[in-house]
Amino acid sequence: MCQLAANERTLDRCPPGTGGRIVRVDSEAALQQRLLELGFVPGTTVSVVKLASLGDPLEVLIRGYHLSLRKREARTVVVTSS
Amino acid sequence: MSSPPANGRAEERKSGSNNDRSDTTVSPASAAPVAVASALPLFRSSAPPLVALVGNPNSGKSTVFNALTGLRQKIANYAGVTVDKKEGRCLLNGGGEVTMLDLPGAYSLTSRSPDEDVVRDVLLGLRSDTPRPEAVIVVVDASNLERNLYLVTQVIDLGLPTIVALNMMDMAIAHGRPVEARKLQRKLGVPVVPIVARKSEGLDRLRAQLNPLPPSPQATVPLPRPLEDEASALAAQIEQRVGASDALSRALALRMLVSDGAAEAARSRWNLDWTNELDQARTRIRAAGCDLTSAEATTRYQWIHEVCRETVASPDQQRLTTTEKLDRVLTHRVFGPIIFLVLMTFVFQALFTWASVPMDAIDGGLKWLGAQLATALPAGALRSLLVDGVLGGAGAVFVFLPQILILFLFLAILDDSGYLARAAFMMDKLMSTVGLHGRSFIPLMSSFACAIPGIMATRTIENKRDRFLTILIAPLMSCSARLPVYTLMIGAFIPNKKVGPFTLPALTMLSMYLVGLAAAMAVGWLFRRTLFRGRPAPFLLELPPYRPPILRNVFISMWERGREFVTRAGTVILAISIVLWFLAAYPQRAPQPGESATTAVAEQRKQSFAGRLGHLIEPVVQPLGFDWKMGIGLIASFAAREVLVSTMATIYNVGEADAQSVGLREALRNERYPDGRPVYTPLVAISVMVFFVLACQCMSTVAVVRRETNSWQWPAFMVAYMTALAYIGSLVVFQVGRALGWG
Repeated sequence: MCQLAANERTLDRCPPGTGGRIVRVDSEAALQQRLLELGFVPGTTVSVVKLASLGDPLEVLIRGYHLSLRKREARTVVVTSS
Repeated sequence: MSSPPANGRAEERKSGSNNDRSDTTVSPASAAPVAVASALPLFRSSAPPLVALVGNPNSGKSTVFNALTGLRQKIANYAGVTVDKKEGRCLLNGGGEVTMLDLPGAYSLTSRSPDEDVVRDVLLGLRSDTPRPEAVIVVVDASNLERNLYLVTQVIDLGLPTIVALNMMDMAIAHGRPVEARKLQRKLGVPVVPIVARKSEGLDRLRAQLNPLPPSPQATVPLPRPLEDEASALAAQIEQRVGASDALSRALALRMLVSDGAAEAARSRWNLDWTNELDQARTRIRAAGCDLTSAEATTRYQWIHEVCRETVASPDQQRLTTTEKLDRVLTHRVFGPIIFLVLMTFVFQALFTWASVPMDAIDGGLKWLGAQLATALPAGALRSLLVDGVLGGAGAVFVFLPQILILFLFLAILDDSGYLARAAFMMDKLMSTVGLHGRSFIPLMSSFACAIPGIMATRTIENKRDRFLTILIAPLMSCSARLPVYTLMIGAFIPNKKVGPFTLPALTMLSMYLVGLAAAMAVGWLFRRTLFRGRPAPFLLELPPYRPPILRNVFISMWERGREFVTRAGTVILAISIVLWFLAAYPQRAPQPGESATTAVAEQRKQSFAGRLGHLIEPVVQPLGFDWKMGIGLIASFAAREVLVSTMATIYNVGEADAQSVGLREALRNERYPDGRPVYTPLVAISVMVFFVLACQCMSTVAVVRRETNSWQWPAFMVAYMTALAYIGSLVVFQVGRALGWG
């Protein structure tokens, strides 16, 4: 996984109610492609809505729809800290 | 057709009935059969045109399909894969009709699952069992336009006449984000029809677009230069070698460049190997600085984002949608799981109380029929076969229908309303601790009614390991076929005492469900660490907006499940019932002079094939607390669990196959070993139930697993591990219980 710049963080680190613009998706090819197809394209705004009861998975809002993904996957999405 | 067909069955089908469809031809450059000739004028045959229905999951595609076709649907299977092929007749306004093909939900044509493979391959004409459709309707959720348009732009690139059904316009308006359909139509270059499928609005306009079909569209989104250039070069080769049209060749080339699945499908369809060309092209694309994984998605979304900026109104202010308000409670960290538990409790309560009325009615009806047959027919083998074998078997099939229908009533409502996805969201962490997937929750939940639809529902799990693991543990969920066994044993041996607000029988029943659940979790945990090691598949689950469920969808879903059970499981159960009747009735024994009728029957059972088998395994099952009669029951119920009740009824000669029947309960309670000890005690009853929770006593499940895993190895393994588990479970229960002085 690449180094994070000072103003960057991964999506799993965003507390509910926060988010940022996607900088890149750092996962292996298959997951990266699926995330891209679901709209996780660099420049897109994504925000964390909530965490499930046991703290995982999380619910995010992207391109006007709600998607649930695990922290394991969210960790690969790098966003700017807003 | 001179060349070897890619698939023998397809060849047979074509030559048998579908020659006039002209979906195959032989191009001069290759001798292989080709299914891409939709551009030929020949395709206007007498068969109605085939129109494919595609769309993202949750776009309301099924609602559109149901609204367009009603109950004029039929379900088959795509050859070689386990994906339902749903077709329906759609009558057009002018009097003509089209065949509507409901393809599985897909986010993209770059496939990640067997479902999406089918969508891609059908649309590209790569499947030998399905002609390439003549047009496509893409169902789009207008309230979620950006992501839905991704698939639209990919489909338009295929060059088939395409119609966009802009569904859920009412929700888009309610969210303050209405879509300007005309503007969108100009941008996409294909007809865009705003509809509200759930209210049947706009469907006439949609049908009108099918007659005549719109012209073939041009590709919309220009892709990065290196990708376009390589796609064009490859397209020229495809065009030359298999005679595909311009647009189709380009689409094929593009799909083959970005996904190995498409290349593989093309290879097996035409027996043409492009591996080297593809490898070289991909290397050149990468060398030109273009990333194959991200290029297509990035470019398309940039284009889509622009289009949406121009066609979708921005709300004056961010409104909280109804869904977001509901989710504040329904997926709340504390209240969410509590509500979910309450809901599940209600569902199970309904299963037990509501179902008993129609079950009694079915039972009564069959008994009446049996009585009629008994008076109409002379005594003898035929009457015995019809009344004891056939009707008994039919009873065992139909008596489950009410429970299956009620469960699927709830499941369909929960699924249609969007709640089931939330359940998966809430359950995922719990499931993942034992190596399962949030998506495994739905198949496993369905398996509480019947493992067969549950196992079939695992097709939504993209990763093969996750899917097989779910299949292997699904039969541990207490299905409705175990209910008669529980009902019989609990009714006969568990005292009806109050425990707080509950009763002891209800709690016993609940604990049987929990035993199955716990075993499934333990086995899942174990298999994940042994058989299915490796990274779990990503969990990406859309949480669609809540919508009031649509009655028609719910009804059709119940109808399909019911029919599935009766045809697929029912036939096996019926056949087994007849075999068992034979095993119990033969070899026939002549009554000895002076013995009573009861003794004669008992002696007949003992000396029948079944009795001999039961005696044979008695030493094996004795440590579990079972006698030879239960041994017969176990043998019989390896075909189907509920057969136990009818078998016991036959063995004890109480004449009727009903878990509620007082006669059978009394017979079991009164059964004594030669030394006067009761055969059945509450402990033995629990031991029996635990065995039935854990054992794979269902031939239909074995058959379905064979079909879903496409091997005999997995079902064989499943039967073996579950039998071992059941034996050990029962042994522990009985031996420990006896040591503690409970039985």
